[in-house]
Amino acid sequence: MSRAIEGPARAGRLAQFASRLASPVALLVIWQIASMTGLLSPRILAGPGDIVATASRLIASGELINGLIVSFLRVLAGFSIALVAGIVLALISGLSRFGEAVIDPPVQMLKAMPFLGLLPLFILWFGIGEMPKIGLVAFGAIFPIYLTLYGGIRGIDRKLIEAGQTMDLGTTSIIRHIIIPGALPSLLVGVRYGLSVAWLSLVVGEQINASSGIGYTISYARDFMQTDVIVVCLLVYAILGLLTDGLVRMIEAYALRWRPEVFG
Amino acid sequence: MIPLVDIRQLTRSFGGAAVLDGIDLTTAPGEFVALLGRSGSGKTTLLRILAGLDTAPAEKLQLTTRRSVVFQEPRLLPWKSVIDNVALGLRHPDARTLATQALDEVGLSHRLDAWPLTLSGGEAQRSALARALVREPELLLLDEPFASLDALTRLRMHELVLALWRKHRPAVLLVTHDVWEAVALADRILVLDQGHFIREINVDIDRPRRRDDRRTGRIEAALLEDLGVLPTQD
Ligand SMILES: Nc1ncnc2c1ncn2[C@@H]1O[C@H](COP(=O)(O)OP(=O)(O)OP(=O)(O)O)[C@@H](O)[C@H]1O
Ligand SMILES: [Mg+2]
Repeated sequence: MSRAIEGPARAGRLAQFASRLASPVALLVIWQIASMTGLLSPRILAGPGDIVATASRLIASGELINGLIVSFLRVLAGFSIALVAGIVLALISGLSRFGEAVIDPPVQMLKAMPFLGLLPLFILWFGIGEMPKIGLVAFGAIFPIYLTLYGGIRGIDRKLIEAGQTMDLGTTSIIRHIIIPGALPSLLVGVRYGLSVAWLSLVVGEQINASSGIGYTISYARDFMQTDVIVVCLLVYAILGLLTDGLVRMIEAYALRWRPEVFG
Repeated sequence: MIPLVDIRQLTRSFGGAAVLDGIDLTTAPGEFVALLGRSGSGKTTLLRILAGLDTAPAEKLQLTTRRSVVFQEPRLLPWKSVIDNVALGLRHPDARTLATQALDEVGLSHRLDAWPLTLSGGEAQRSALARALVREPELLLLDEPFASLDALTRLRMHELVLALWRKHRPAVLLVTHDVWEAVALADRILVLDQGHFIREINVDIDRPRRRDDRRTGRIEAALLEDLGVLPTQD
């Protein structure tokens, strides 16, 4: 029976996909025509053909790959800091009333701050090297991680903890076998959200005073009005963001494999 | 013989109102006790104290620590396979073998590696029973463990519990709403009402007990009256 449904369903999905693709393709074609006829000046926006050519030139020269690695390492460093600090803080305030009283109020207050606006301060504090960029990434990403894990711990079903107590599990075992796995689904949501914030912070942080990385390539291209380079760099950011998100989704699919599959 | 439960004058109040008002209870090893009472009469409150999940003032409160609980819901950890749920917390080098045996006893040897959320209600409750029994408790506390199961599955569970009880001989305290369940299973039936035991019945009838037996019928009728439900005449 399922096979009988599957055929038309798949064909339907394919048709849907094609119809969704139609308008972006049309836009690309219009964009290309506008560029070729001179309607769209390359100073405003380079055409798709130029962008592809520039991308292959930047890849061949190694410039793009180098920048990409530098940028990726910044996100990696900043996000790792956020992950460790966010998890530690959330565990402390999630597991003890005292920790909650000490940690949660200041975190909630800092969360209200538009963190990208902190960049000038970070530059004053840390100079113009790697530190302000990594710091901005870490600062932006820590909140989603902290908030989701903290909420996840607080939301654990008390009945499961009681069941653990009747099985003579000690506090460490209850944290390890019940609280942490129970809070993991919400933490993973926070990790994905935190990653997107991390990339956003990096884009902003790198535009200022960078001497390497994709952001540096962008500011250099801006000075010479190379819109094609700028677009290529933006695409690279997008791809990197999608890749890291996909990685977390894979981790999610494995770590939460105990959830029954919902079909359809 | 040292009783597994020895309680005198136990009182538990919530916000001034005494839910348990000077309860006395002793339980001998291997004894099967059923606890009946209306909804809100304090059955779960008493069971939680027996389980060590709650405490309350009493003249005497002596409880074995070798006890395990099956709750109304299975309370399995959804992120652990069935066998890992059963083996969790076992301090034994062969924990997994013991868990496998326990699951075999409840007829779940084919579901060892299943995730709990994929189990049927009856399977989940049987896993919870295996998880309780694998600890070889002296006192097995059951809080309406079959209430959410369909009638047929519930009857099967009665047989299973009796078989496991005969094999392992824990003392059992079964909280239930179901008068027939109490009469079919227990050596002794207690009715809790307004903070006191208002009736205690020893059931000296061989098992398996039949519902059309005159003796079980009389006990059922008396219990239904205690619970404020008039027995139907036919
Ligand atoms: N933690 C608590 N705080 C306040 N009141 C409570 C608490 N636990 C139980 N009670 C009250 O104590 C009374 C007895 O509750 P209990 O859960 O023991 O009833 P029960 O006999 O198990 O009922 P049921 O058959 O519906 O499960 C109820 O009135 C309930 O509202
Ligand atoms: Mg109850």
